[in-house]
Amino acid sequence: MSFELTRNAFGRLVLTDGEGIRHEGVLPVRAFPVTAPEAGIAVVNTEGHEVAWIDRLKDLPAEIAALLKDELASREFMPAIQRIKGVSSFATPSTWDVVTDRGEASFVLKGEEDLRRLGQTTLIVADSHGIQYLIRDITTLDKTGRRILDRFL
Amino acid sequence: MPAHESSMNNTALSPTSNSPSLPDPLSRELVPRLAGNEAILSWLELDLDTRLTFSQGWIVVTNRRLLAKTPETGETWQEWGYRPGLMLKHTDHAGVGTLELVDAQQRLANWRYTLAVNVAALKLVDHFEQHLESHVTGEPVKQANEAICPKCKAPLEPDQEECPICTQEIHTPPSTWTLFRLWRFAKPYKNQLLAGFLLTLASTAATLVPPYLTMPLMDKVLIPYQNGAPIDPKIVGLLLSGLLGSALLAWGLGWAKTYILALVSERIGADLRTTTYEHLLRLSLEYFGGRRTGDLMARIGSETDRICVFLSLHLLDFATDVLMIVMTAAILFSINPWLALVTLLPLPFIAWMIHVVRDKLRTGFEKIDRVWSEVTNVLADTIPGIRVVKAFAQERREAERFRNANRHNLAVNDKLNKIWSLFSPTVSLLTEAGLLVVWAFGIWLVSKDQITVGVLTAFLAYISRFYARLDSMSRIVSVTQKAAAGAKRIFDILDHVSSVPEPTNPVHLGAVQGRIEVRDVGFRYGNRAILRGVDLAIAPGEMVGLVGHSGSGKSTLVNLICRFYDATEGAVFIDGVDIRSLPVAEYRSNIGLVLQEPFLFFGTIAENIAYGKPDATREEIIAAARAAHAHEFILRLPQGYDSLVGERGQSLSGGERQRISIARALLIDPRILILDEATSSVDSTTEKEIQKALDNLVQGRTTIAIAHRLSTLRKADRLVVLDRGQVVEVGSHDELMAKEGAYYQLYQAQARNVDTDIDDSDDEEGDA
Repeated sequence: MSFELTRNAFGRLVLTDGEGIRHEGVLPVRAFPVTAPEAGIAVVNTEGHEVAWIDRLKDLPAEIAALLKDELASREFMPAIQRIKGVSSFATPSTWDVVTDRGEASFVLKGEEDLRRLGQTTLIVADSHGIQYLIRDITTLDKTGRRILDRFL
Repeated sequence: MPAHESSMNNTALSPTSNSPSLPDPLSRELVPRLAGNEAILSWLELDLDTRLTFSQGWIVVTNRRLLAKTPETGETWQEWGYRPGLMLKHTDHAGVGTLELVDAQQRLANWRYTLAVNVAALKLVDHFEQHLESHVTGEPVKQANEAICPKCKAPLEPDQEECPICTQEIHTPPSTWTLFRLWRFAKPYKNQLLAGFLLTLASTAATLVPPYLTMPLMDKVLIPYQNGAPIDPKIVGLLLSGLLGSALLAWGLGWAKTYILALVSERIGADLRTTTYEHLLRLSLEYFGGRRTGDLMARIGSETDRICVFLSLHLLDFATDVLMIVMTAAILFSINPWLALVTLLPLPFIAWMIHVVRDKLRTGFEKIDRVWSEVTNVLADTIPGIRVVKAFAQERREAERFRNANRHNLAVNDKLNKIWSLFSPTVSLLTEAGLLVVWAFGIWLVSKDQITVGVLTAFLAYISRFYARLDSMSRIVSVTQKAAAGAKRIFDILDHVSSVPEPTNPVHLGAVQGRIEVRDVGFRYGNRAILRGVDLAIAPGEMVGLVGHSGSGKSTLVNLICRFYDATEGAVFIDGVDIRSLPVAEYRSNIGLVLQEPFLFFGTIAENIAYGKPDATREEIIAAARAAHAHEFILRLPQGYDSLVGERGQSLSGGERQRISIARALLIDPRILILDEATSSVDSTTEKEIQKALDNLVQGRTTIAIAHRLSTLRKADRLVVLDRGQVVEVGSHDELMAKEGAYYQLYQAQARNVDTDIDDSDDEEGDA
């Protein structure tokens, strides 16, 4: 890899590229956050221009990969719904109580159009604040969850 | 996890969190830590930790310091006293807000939260900044001279705690008794409905006479004859004419009731359709952005029709059936209570069956509706885009998509039909079983001389009708569910509150001068922040050019000024009045809009020019067309101003369509003019023509112009350069060139490559 990556005192990532130019406050961005999260990560500067491209995270030196993973974890917020505990009503707007990989949450679904299919089994649920919840595979939900989803799909 | 839920509720109840409403455990923990004259100013309940998992934490701002407690710090409170150089930075990305506390050297701490508590966070930052400043400078805290809503910056009345504009969000689901809500549409016809009901009552009663007459026919005529008595022609004549008379009466009454009720239901259906459409037109662009045309068309077209059929046919039949059952039951009981009881025995079973199947069928039919709109959506996607489909030779793929949608449709229908097809035969079986019971019990009663043969015949005649009705009544389940599902989908539209609401106490502007002020405006689409902290003041009559890369927020800013959307934060003022307090239509009548892709409606050229002012005279239309340099080419058309333009104006060239749309804007003589890439889609010769037309249009009006080609903005008084949702430069062309900043770069890039656009794509913020 032809770049260096460090974290400064302000918690920003600093990338020094092959030509020795320092970019402060760079951000890693996944190209396919849902369908292929591990393949293709761009590092963009504050202007939004790409300064580095990473085909695969695991090809990187461990400490750089760790920094990037850390940054991605604190930037990406797409809780994956593991269980639907209940919904307030089958007509929208309705409040959903869910268990996600980031803990339990409840949110308001404004309309059926906020449930978007991504391929056959993946679903993205956008709540009233624009936070996106991911259901990676609807077939892995329990029976209650599938039955609830069935009413909305 | 109750902790999280409480966080949602608390902050929802008191978004302007102040110390009085500080939650109990927190205040118990915190109050002993405070110094004597220290007061809690605001607090924020965090719902995320720094690793973005849902958990509870707190940030509190007092007049001396900032305190925080998060799961990472455990039970201890971290604190930072006010000192110079301290800064609390607020950003948000993808639905998550971040607060960072930094000083000149480093980041001291950072906290995360979902946008659900954003208002409290903004308020906390405000308080922090005010008190930090007062602490550093030693001056008393500067209170903002007018109370301002922390979210939208709209001024608040002194006694108002919450902003009336921001608290309009509703999150209550509609009731499930959707069909009863149709009463709103039935109410105007209640007299006709009453007449229809009375006719139904009468005609049902008339149909019940014939079986009753079979009793004397059996007992007084046929059985005595079998036993050797002669037939009395007088009695027979009387009974037969009774049969004929009742049949004729039932026919007449039945005709009248069906006619009246069909008339009423058609009108209810039409009212429903027009009301829904009117409501739909008033909804904001945001609503249309999120929905598919095919789906909306299906809702207004076929769903209203389905409801209409339900009202005129099925509901009417059902009402008749119920009446008939009640009346029959009464008659049967009056003849022989015991036999009546046995006859009615299967009724509860059937009612129970109907109840069981109802639930399964309802969800099934809702699903079928959704799948059906999936099918129409494929059509609505493909047919307008047919050129692309053909150009990339993807006909087979599109056909496959349609086939898949249909297959899905079939699968869902098949599943439902499995239950449904079992239902009717079961009801028939129960009917036969019921008849069997009546026969058996009746024969037994006859043998005991409890009843006559005539009574048994009458009973059998009644109940064979009666059960036949039950069978058809069971069908009401499915049609009711279908109609309810349709009604729900229509009320979904009707219940949708426009995200650009009409003000409750509208302010009326007399003559508009055209001073526009954009104050600290932010706009978020979904979870993407498109505009951030935009401030802009435009004087009356000034021409401002908006410049920037695509995606920089130019079109969004213009959409906010037109009030196609409402700003997420901040506000837009016209002549000093918040545009949200003006009636929407009245406000927009002051705005002339010329878009990149002019949209012409089916109709004549004159009608299209007069679209914004349908009562314009011919002279006005011609004057507008002349000013827009459209007059001459219109005269070259075979029918002049009366020429029909094809659908969406396909028969005219791009430049011609654009000049018609300029004439349209000129005719309403707006104070504010918005040119959104008005010359982008035409070649440079046509552009010059259009430019001449635009120069006429711009005179004396406040103008906001967006343009690809910077040369088209040479007349602008000021240029505003936007970059990623923020204003980066403001000034005239010469000033900005001298500055050698963002505008200079844009200009250089264009000068190098005159024919290429400055943007990579020409579809400016198509998603906003």
